[in-house]
Amino acid sequence: MNRRRFLVAGGILVAAPWLPARATPDAVAAAMREVTGGAPLQQGLVRLDLPGMVENGNAVGMTVGVDDPPSPVRSLHVFADGNLLPNVLHARFGPAAFRPHVATRIRLASSQTVHAIAVLQDGACWTGSVDLVVTLAACLE
Amino acid sequence: MARILLNVPKQVRRGEAVEIKLLISHPMETGQRRDETGQVVPRNIVREVVCTFNGAEVVRLELFPAISANPFIHVAARAEASGPVVLTWTDDLGAVQTETAQVEVV
Repeated sequence: MNRRRFLVAGGILVAAPWLPARATPDAVAAAMREVTGGAPLQQGLVRLDLPGMVENGNAVGMTVGVDDPPSPVRSLHVFADGNLLPNVLHARFGPAAFRPHVATRIRLASSQTVHAIAVLQDGACWTGSVDLVVTLAACLE
Repeated sequence: MARILLNVPKQVRRGEAVEIKLLISHPMETGQRRDETGQVVPRNIVREVVCTFNGAEVVRLELFPAISANPFIHVAARAEASGPVVLTWTDDLGAVQTETAQVEVV
């Protein structure tokens, strides 16, 4: 083994453990397609409240909702593209729901974009996203 | 068995929101962590949370490992008539727990 090949192999060995720490863009797109069924995504309508600067990724307060839906909201879906698994939450609303809102606390593995999708009763899909910086990641240890 | 805290208002005016807050005491193991011996800690998360008010479904949540340990959830139901808020969760180990709280609609 010459010096160049040794260095390349070493680089792969060092980099490899970190490769799966983030979902691939394909995996994120596939997870989103699963909830929209291929319907086009329209920007807006969905309100996703998350802090822009996150100090601790282990518990980040998040509120997702639609304020004035033109047709009732069937479901809300949240995806984190910087987590190993992009799915965060699926909420399906029943007849007794007052408003299509859910608040919870989520884990974020790195600085990333969090996406929310609302699927309405008429089949329309709306989306909103938040870019955020995570200083202390939700660690794997 | 994990503990569950369900917080609802005692009295709500008809047509207004019943704010339902719950806190489940659950580790939400992601299945990505390793213990001291290097063994992967098996995944154990609350998979599904179903909330009903007066027999009608308010919301059905599917949770993933990206939800923090000891999940906190806040949703709202429409107050039409007095009745119980019933909350049921299921985790990966098959544990099912139900909690009920009475709400009076005036």
